[in-house]
Amino acid sequence: MVNYSDKIREISKRLLKDCKVDMIIGFRKGSVPMMNEPHFARTAEDVDELVWDSNCGINLANYLTDRKEKIGVAAKGCDSRNIVTHILENKIKREQLTIIGVPCKGMIDKRKIAGLVEGEVLEVTEDEEQINVKSSGGKKSFKKTEVLQENCAVCIHRNPVVYDEMVAEPVPEQTDVDRYEDVRKIEEMDPEQRWAYFDDLFKECIRCYACRNACPLCYCPTCFVDEAKPQWVGKSQDPIDIRTFHFLRAYHCAGRCTDCGACQRACPVGINMRMLTKKLEKDCKDLYNWEAGLTLDSRPPLDFYRPDDPEDFIK
Amino acid sequence: MGVEPGRLQFSWISSAESTKFVDVVTKVTEAVKTLGPNQRFVKKEAKVA
Ligand code: SF4
Ligand code: SF4
Repeated sequence: MVNYSDKIREISKRLLKDCKVDMIIGFRKGSVPMMNEPHFARTAEDVDELVWDSNCGINLANYLTDRKEKIGVAAKGCDSRNIVTHILENKIKREQLTIIGVPCKGMIDKRKIAGLVEGEVLEVTEDEEQINVKSSGGKKSFKKTEVLQENCAVCIHRNPVVYDEMVAEPVPEQTDVDRYEDVRKIEEMDPEQRWAYFDDLFKECIRCYACRNACPLCYCPTCFVDEAKPQWVGKSQDPIDIRTFHFLRAYHCAGRCTDCGACQRACPVGINMRMLTKKLEKDCKDLYNWEAGLTLDSRPPLDFYRPDDPEDFIK
Repeated sequence: MGVEPGRLQFSWISSAESTKFVDVVTKVTEAVKTLGPNQRFVKKEAKVA
């Protein structure tokens, strides 16, 4: 992936020099390991800071909302799908964008790695398929496939779906993954068990809204949880308020969520709120044969009526 | 989420179908009554120390 960084810099420098774009949105190293941060590069010096490795799990589509400039943006598979969704929802124009496509073999799970090593993680490096971790307790190496983020492990769209330039040849897509094993388990529960499952899932939530803020779909100027007139949902730490926030947010993402994992990655307490969005993603697939952000040519199922839409649930 | 099926129902009723509306409301009310009081999405009163 080192060559990805070089290639991204090379493309970015050219785009800026030719005035094709006003800035490049990519990643630079974070101040702690495994925490690359979004980087807005406007000059050649800025571009030198751009990097690409297995810690680019933040979804860069989130930084395009309502931008007016011409932008070059680095996009892995899921970012590109959220860019498509952004374009369909008039949050950015295709003409404004130069999409630098990045074929992706998955991002690594910083939480998992921190749990597998002793002491504090000091440095993380990678060669093609191997992740090397130096921590205060010693050195360890992992196969990248063993420490992937949960969503990346079951990703079936690793290559960008729209792009203007690619930094490398497409990577093979995963075809033998079972995307919804976890969702099916919950579907099989009875209502009591399911209630208990979600009670447990969200019990540590501190309602910091980091998940919402990291999500490219959550761009409303005032989120329903922040409104006061009327107040849609209680603002307390009561489990019912927490649950209401999560499941309403998930519904707002129905038919739009790409399972990019940015929400889960952002959570300071490690809650997998994707269990809600994934169920909706599965339903969209089952009911409407829809996967979000794959094409600019058709409208998402929830803003379009087709005479053959399923309606068995209506009595 | 764990809400009992039956407590949530969907219906499509035109503004001209008043009898269907009455019918559906009656049926839903009965169905929900047999389920008993809702225990889910009910906030406990805050305890005052
Ligand atoms: S990021 Fe985590 S703790 Fe914060 S609101 Fe979301 S689920 Fe709750
Ligand atoms: S809900 Fe989470 S997984 Fe879905 S698009 Fe938003 S950040 Fe990505």
